[in-house]
Amino acid sequence: MHLIVQAAILGLLTGGVYALMASGLTLAFGVMRVINVAQGAMIVAGAYVSYTMFTQLQIDPFVSIVIMAPAAFVVGVAVQLVFLRPLRSDEREELSLLVTWAIALGIEGILGIFYQTTLRATRPSYVNDSLTLFGYDVSVVRLAAFAASCVILVLLYLMLQHTRFGRAIRATVQNPTAASLLGVESNRVAAYGFGISVATATAAGAVFGMITPFNAGSHYDLISRLLTIIVLGGMGSLGGAVIAALFMGMSEAILAVEMSPTWASLWFFVILVLVLLIRPQGLLGTPERGKL
Amino acid sequence: MKRVTPAGLARGAAVTAAGLAFPLLVTAPYLMTIAIFTVMYAALATSWNLLGGFSGYLSLGHAAFFGVGAYAEAIVFTHIGIGGGYRPFAMVPLIGLGVAVAAIPIAIVFLRVRGATFAIVTISLLFIVQLLAFNLRSLTNGAQGMSMAIPPFPVATYERPFYYAMLAVFLGSVLCCWIVSTGKLGLMLFAIRDDEDRAHGLGIRVTAAKVIAFCVSAGLFAMPGAIWAYYEGFIYPQFAVDPLVTIGAVLMAFLGGRGTIWGPMLGALILVPAQQYLAYSQGASQLYLIGYSAVFLVIMLLMPRGIIPSLRDLAVSHNPFDRPAGNGESKPSTSGVSP
Repeated sequence: MHLIVQAAILGLLTGGVYALMASGLTLAFGVMRVINVAQGAMIVAGAYVSYTMFTQLQIDPFVSIVIMAPAAFVVGVAVQLVFLRPLRSDEREELSLLVTWAIALGIEGILGIFYQTTLRATRPSYVNDSLTLFGYDVSVVRLAAFAASCVILVLLYLMLQHTRFGRAIRATVQNPTAASLLGVESNRVAAYGFGISVATATAAGAVFGMITPFNAGSHYDLISRLLTIIVLGGMGSLGGAVIAALFMGMSEAILAVEMSPTWASLWFFVILVLVLLIRPQGLLGTPERGKL
Repeated sequence: MKRVTPAGLARGAAVTAAGLAFPLLVTAPYLMTIAIFTVMYAALATSWNLLGGFSGYLSLGHAAFFGVGAYAEAIVFTHIGIGGGYRPFAMVPLIGLGVAVAAIPIAIVFLRVRGATFAIVTISLLFIVQLLAFNLRSLTNGAQGMSMAIPPFPVATYERPFYYAMLAVFLGSVLCCWIVSTGKLGLMLFAIRDDEDRAHGLGIRVTAAKVIAFCVSAGLFAMPGAIWAYYEGFIYPQFAVDPLVTIGAVLMAFLGGRGTIWGPMLGALILVPAQQYLAYSQGASQLYLIGYSAVFLVIMLLMPRGIIPSLRDLAVSHNPFDRPAGNGESKPSTSGVSP
């Protein structure tokens, strides 16, 4: 029992990081019907940049988030303008998958040239510290990673609920045509929305780099998990993505203890197939209407 | 719709003749290797097109079927002991058939969702097969991989049997695409591509049509995998179940023109020799990834419909008597598939 609770705590903390990673993905889909397959590659890129800042300039990985996120926002806006906006709106959803997959390959290739394929990990001085809470060991880095993810998610939530721009985003998610009739500039919302999505990806990358060793090829593993999470949560639903991420993080960790880590990776796909069979629209998603 | 047109027949005959004659004119082994990969990707892109081009359901996980084909061949070779030489080639059609049947339940589950969701759940198929290849050690030997004995073909023409096997699979795929596109199933798939709800409302059995297209496409996609495994002689999980196989096939179908008969082959003829040349001369797989990425982005931005449809539009818009209503920008028309 002790072991299972210990695994559940670990899984919850990992799930928080998954939630941050998935939030950007589901936001981009909600706002512009773009599935960013490059999200995993952008997370890995964030992890590498944070790793380099730490090893070369001794900048703490949590501090590097504050530096990287604005830069990543600008990159995201640029990517949206150059690669995604030119796609015809009636085919955007499907073509964006291929375009972002191509971007992911490009990022993988560039990272591979600079860093080769050695597995890296960002290891600040406190990486092996742990706290003991009620008899359970909790790693400080994972706790801090979880806390940072929660802070960013809360900021994201507050922005969506209480700012003018956030309302514009939510309006676009609900009904793009009506939103633009009411004066929401859909192009600007799409560009900024994608920028935010990339910024959350690199922020998640900085914490990911501390809890998991990574190399340029890690993005396939990440994106396959994240896609399962957003399908389970309901495509485009932020709340659904957070719930799904926490659930998947915990259940995977418990399974890894109870069965074996190798088979626990298949768990994501078991869940995916179950979702398709039982509730294709996901936990909090709306059923597909018309030609989705 | 006429089933056999003289122009279509001529195109088919020309491609078959060129394919058959190639090894007799060119004997350098490295050129034959490039030719084998070109024909392999032509077959893969053509069979992907049967689902992705005709029905509009973009599958990004077809490399899983390629991997299953490769592993099936290696498993039959190792565990059943069918013997070397030409015999493993006889297994290829059986493997294709087996994969097509095995794909039925997968198709029924995965086709419950549409559009982008379908595409992303198919990606997971790739990782499922890769994980199985790693974890089912008694069958697949896990990460250590499986090897097959080198067949005793004469050195001077060693590549020929593999080449002709690939060519046969490719021509078979083209034939399947042609039969489907000129028949009732093709009409159903084109209707689904254009507006699935309306097609369903008009009484088309959309699920049946989609499942059939998925399974045929999967079975055809597995066969080059089986030949490839025999040609390579050694396979391991990341090598046999490689996302780049899907990306390559999709890229070629898009470049040539998805939904056309010969477009995917055209894409393969353009891209594979360039890709193989890069791989030989540069060696670095990273540069190769960046090259793939760049070509893909340029095609998607400048010519999202591919070479053949773009050329056809150009030809039509220069003919003042035959101008389509929606000028060149209209969606790919549903009235069948030529070239």
